[in-house]
Amino acid sequence: MRIIAALTMFYMCFSLSAQTESDALFMAKKNLCGGFVYGNTTWDHYWEGTFYRDNANIGTFKSNSVMAMTNYGISNSLNLIASAAWVDNRVTAGTLIGQKGIQDLNLFLKKELWAKEIKGFNGSLVAVGGVSTPLSNYVADYLPLSIGMRSKTASLRLLADVQKGHWYGTASAMYTRRNNVTIDRNAYYTTEMVYSNEVFIPDMISYNLRLGWRDGADKYFELLADRMNTLGGFDMRKNDMPFLSNDMESLRVGVNLKYPVPRLSGMSVMLTGMHTLTGRNMGKAKSLMAGVVYQVEFKNGAKK
Amino acid sequence: MNRFIKIVGIAGLLAMASCSKEITQRNQNFAALNPDKTDTSAGSWRPVLLSSATEFGCDNPIAVTSPDYKLELLEIKSRQANMSDEDEALLKYWSAGTVLRWNEILRELVAKYNLPPYQNPDGTYPIPSAANPLAYPYFPFANPPYAARAYAYVSAAQYDALLAAYHYKGFYRRSRPAVVDNTIKELVPVVKDYAYPSEEAVVAGAAFAMMSLLFPGEQDYLQDKLNECLNTRILAGANVRSELDAGVSLGKAVASKFIQRARNDRAGKAIGTPADWAKLENGAIARGETPWISQESPKRPPMLPLFGKTLGFLMDTTEVINNRPPAPPSTGSAEFAKELDEVLWYSQNATRDQMRIVHFWGDGAGTYTPPGHWNAIACEDFVNMRFSEVRWARNLALLNMAMFDAAICCWDAKYAYFNPRPSQVNNKIKTLTGLPNFPAYTSGHSTFSGAAATILGHVNPGRAADYMSMADEASKSRLYGALHYRSDIEVGMQMGKMVGSKAVDRAKTDGAE
Repeated sequence: MRIIAALTMFYMCFSLSAQTESDALFMAKKNLCGGFVYGNTTWDHYWEGTFYRDNANIGTFKSNSVMAMTNYGISNSLNLIASAAWVDNRVTAGTLIGQKGIQDLNLFLKKELWAKEIKGFNGSLVAVGGVSTPLSNYVADYLPLSIGMRSKTASLRLLADVQKGHWYGTASAMYTRRNNVTIDRNAYYTTEMVYSNEVFIPDMISYNLRLGWRDGADKYFELLADRMNTLGGFDMRKNDMPFLSNDMESLRVGVNLKYPVPRLSGMSVMLTGMHTLTGRNMGKAKSLMAGVVYQVEFKNGAKK
Repeated sequence: MNRFIKIVGIAGLLAMASCSKEITQRNQNFAALNPDKTDTSAGSWRPVLLSSATEFGCDNPIAVTSPDYKLELLEIKSRQANMSDEDEALLKYWSAGTVLRWNEILRELVAKYNLPPYQNPDGTYPIPSAANPLAYPYFPFANPPYAARAYAYVSAAQYDALLAAYHYKGFYRRSRPAVVDNTIKELVPVVKDYAYPSEEAVVAGAAFAMMSLLFPGEQDYLQDKLNECLNTRILAGANVRSELDAGVSLGKAVASKFIQRARNDRAGKAIGTPADWAKLENGAIARGETPWISQESPKRPPMLPLFGKTLGFLMDTTEVINNRPPAPPSTGSAEFAKELDEVLWYSQNATRDQMRIVHFWGDGAGTYTPPGHWNAIACEDFVNMRFSEVRWARNLALLNMAMFDAAICCWDAKYAYFNPRPSQVNNKIKTLTGLPNFPAYTSGHSTFSGAAATILGHVNPGRAADYMSMADEASKSRLYGALHYRSDIEVGMQMGKMVGSKAVDRAKTDGAE
């Protein structure tokens, strides 16, 4: 199995999302792994609509997070993944106070639909269904500093994976239905006045591509790219603050690796680095994640 | 496919399809205006600027027996016979009230234009130009003082225009189209009085002219809204075209007097010059105080430092100065240090409910401002009170004149004392919402809210206590948000109530009660 990398999408305020939900690797039946991932995301430039700028009243945006995650093998081809994060967002300039707290609970069921070896190529198709919901009453309407968007979401990812020898490629697409959220104000302006405390949150599509080398589920190195965009939303006006229903887009590239800790059976370390190439109504973020996971196998209730 | 996948798939699909994401807004389903009193004597109420209701003329209407009038009736019949879904929606929208809908249009324009300009490459800031409103930075920057003034001028112009309209309605006693021709159907509740000139057109004409001055880049949009508003009167079977034309002319004529006044009320010079800004800072230093310094980066000149000299509607400049509150605690005093500590405490210990209050009342950049918030509160109550259009206009004029004068008094105090914000003096103090770019004493939110709650409590006594507790919450939100000291909000509130009572005094003697 393998894990996680806080996606730290958008300004940073999206659900941290276990990367296990975006690969083709499975925990074996009755295996459980759990771990913690520390994440750090920073940006000092952002796209206000399409206008690329800095802001001396924000300086550098810094997000630090710790995510707890777990993945359980219900069967060899069906895994249940859960994660939740504590997030701390702050800016280095200006007067705006930072925000911190427990963010959202993410649950995923991951199912291998099909797997076959053809002429030395191992192919598989995987479906991943997910839901997320806020775990605390954090403030959403305070971007970019809010720790999340409070939207309850449901997602479906379809994923194809091909491996030959140790080399592999994985491609996937995910649709996320995002529910509207309620905020503490009862009127706000987007491109028009809205007299409600409810905010329309556009759905989202993302694509993910990985190319890499792996040896089992605990040792891999991969290059990845992901693109996400909201289906609708509006651009920030010049010198305005970001808002929950902005049109958010990004294209990011990165590296991801996992390696077993020598002489510590079941323990692995993971590292991920991501870099934003282009975006819209989002920060040009750099993210680093480092984690430790530990895997145990239950057989007749005993650890292997 | 096994059971789990089916469950996940079905649950996912249900979640995705279950609920519509359409938002129902509070102002979408306001009932059609159906006043319980016609206020036919409004022509004798006391105007704000007009010397009398007859200062501007209104030509004789064409005879209802004339061929031209008959053609105008045909226009109603033909529009009613060919009504589209869009027509129906517009009819419903505008039937809630003309003063109400123009107030909403104004709030929307304020929110659209309420953004501080982006800096020049050299770190200075460009100044919006009324002569070139569509080039960045767009004119105006509809900040709270600008907005307070805009709401007041539009409301007061509508009020005076309606007094004139009511006078001429009673003078010409022109019957409604449905009375002249009983085959005309009235599709919305129509007040059972006279139809010439159309009071709705008077409101629209005054609003159009006033808002074209205040938001010169929006004239096309405003013209569309004007046409829409007038067309619904034809669709409704409530007015013929010549009644609308006369109303628009009268509304624009009355507005011209307000426009003339607005051009000379000194607000245009409120931005000041670099010499004025330096004088303010040096004055505070000479008094032995820590002067206010912009916390924005690059440093932005203070917002409208000379706005305190603007000519309001309820108080003259001498009265404003005579009512200036005493100085805030000296920045070197123990009392100041104590108040500063209290702000720091809120900055670090605000509860989630206090955060909600900070955000609910924030009304910062990109919003309709605190005066806009109070207009929304007032209008949402007024829709249930069955006011006539003229009483709507009168009550909003009182509210907005009070908040305009409150802004003047508040800005006068801010720049008389030029005292620093808490976060300037102690950089451990972080704010829970955006920090406004002007001195602290007194709190604008508190002054606006005290004034608004006082006059609203007078026109709607059943809610007086509610308005006061809302004002109190709005005021405290600025302390919770670590934007203001306690003396800013307490003195601001008192000052707001003082200005609000001037509006109440006017209300008692304007002939409407």
